[in-house]
Amino acid sequence: MTTEEIYARLVPLIAAYLPEDVLADEIRPEADLTAELNINSAHLVDVVLDVEDKFDIELSNSDMENLRTVQDAVDIVNSKITAVS
Amino acid sequence: MTALKDARSGIVHFPELQRLNFSCQLGAKPGISQDLKDNYFTELQLRSFNSSGILYGVVAGMEALANAGIEPAGKDEEPLWDLGIIFGTGTSGVDKFREAIYKLDEGKVKRLGSSTVGQTMASGVSAFLGGLIGAGNRVTTNSSACATGTEAVIMGYEHIAAGRAKQMLCGSCSDDGPYVWGGFDAMKVTTWKHNQDPNNASRPMSASASGFVPGSGAGALLLESLESAQDRGADILAEVLGGSVNSGGQRKEGSMTAPNSVAVVRCIREAVRNAGIAAEAIDYINGHLTATIKDATEIQNWTEALERNGDEFPYINSLKSLVGHGLAASGSMELVATILQMKQGFIFPNTNCEDLHPEIANLIDASRIPQQLLKMEINIAAKASFGFGDVNACVIFRKNLL
Repeated sequence: MTTEEIYARLVPLIAAYLPEDVLADEIRPEADLTAELNINSAHLVDVVLDVEDKFDIELSNSDMENLRTVQDAVDIVNSKITAVS
Repeated sequence: MTALKDARSGIVHFPELQRLNFSCQLGAKPGISQDLKDNYFTELQLRSFNSSGILYGVVAGMEALANAGIEPAGKDEEPLWDLGIIFGTGTSGVDKFREAIYKLDEGKVKRLGSSTVGQTMASGVSAFLGGLIGAGNRVTTNSSACATGTEAVIMGYEHIAAGRAKQMLCGSCSDDGPYVWGGFDAMKVTTWKHNQDPNNASRPMSASASGFVPGSGAGALLLESLESAQDRGADILAEVLGGSVNSGGQRKEGSMTAPNSVAVVRCIREAVRNAGIAAEAIDYINGHLTATIKDATEIQNWTEALERNGDEFPYINSLKSLVGHGLAASGSMELVATILQMKQGFIFPNTNCEDLHPEIANLIDASRIPQQLLKMEINIAAKASFGFGDVNACVIFRKNLL
């Protein structure tokens, strides 16, 4: 899977967690999930669960620690699926 | 309202309870449409939502607020500092908790996600309501078993009377389903005799009462200081005159599961005294009356506390014949029924007590337990609830302001 494909799959998943006043087109690779997209920090754990389900991978505590931006999510997913295949 | 006047039963048979070998396979739960859910919860919230009591509490609480003509605080505005919430429950989110326990036992603690705590903490219902409304005063959850709803109203009343808030949203809720009802089934306090006959199953004050039918749901009242209500021209439905909460200490015949009658009598008397009325002024009693062997004892306690019996006794009815025993939600649902009757001037018919319990018939005249719809003005109403742990709550309302 290319990083573009991973990104395309992540966008709708992240969009579900956006507060009402943030539109889905504000999602960019460099956007900070909590600081810019205003996703409730408590919901990050739910985003991670959805990512795990979507890509059939598992994220560790340290993965979560490194998860700040959408690009971070892409990188984490990419490393996990590459490692598997 | 028509369901109340027509005494339509909401009790049904649940095949799930039959499958689970329940003695009582009956129960009652409110029907909540998807549209109504969407009014109060986001799609994201509903994705992981599994707490029926919170759902019922939120629907009832928000409806009470809307009926009172109060708008929630805007998203970026100050909270409503003078509005608080006391919304009780027995236990919160048991279905959600069950989900969590399965995942935990499989070693998948992470799979609990972020939604488990909010839905399983006892104060989940007041927390959800607090967020929807933007309440800025005291926001909490009380819990006193089947006395919870009545206690919540008294606590809210006291908070306003102490000058600490202008408006208090008071109510209670209870989850539905086997994980809440099972413990009562095991105790044999529910009826096993009417599984094929749900309409006739809940029989308060009847000689053939054989235990309660478990229910669920929520009820809510918006209490407000008279000054504040008059200032904003609110439609005042009734006035809380006073109330009392006490415990029998599980002494004498009192226990975890049974009330000490001395305390019940004392609680009712104290409520009457606190309300500043004469016991003769009470027109109507909304009883606790669960359809167990204790119904006659309750009537005995009322006659003693009010020193009224025979045809001098107030009119009395029990909502439980229609919706079962809503447990922690019972008091508040029954208070809503009480206020509706006061507002519209009627007493809903008692059902399933055509064979009045002989001990009750000896204490009060059968005419005081109407079995047909009675149109009459209720000026002063008393409501009491009694809960496991030997706790009691009694509150008195007046319709016409002086």
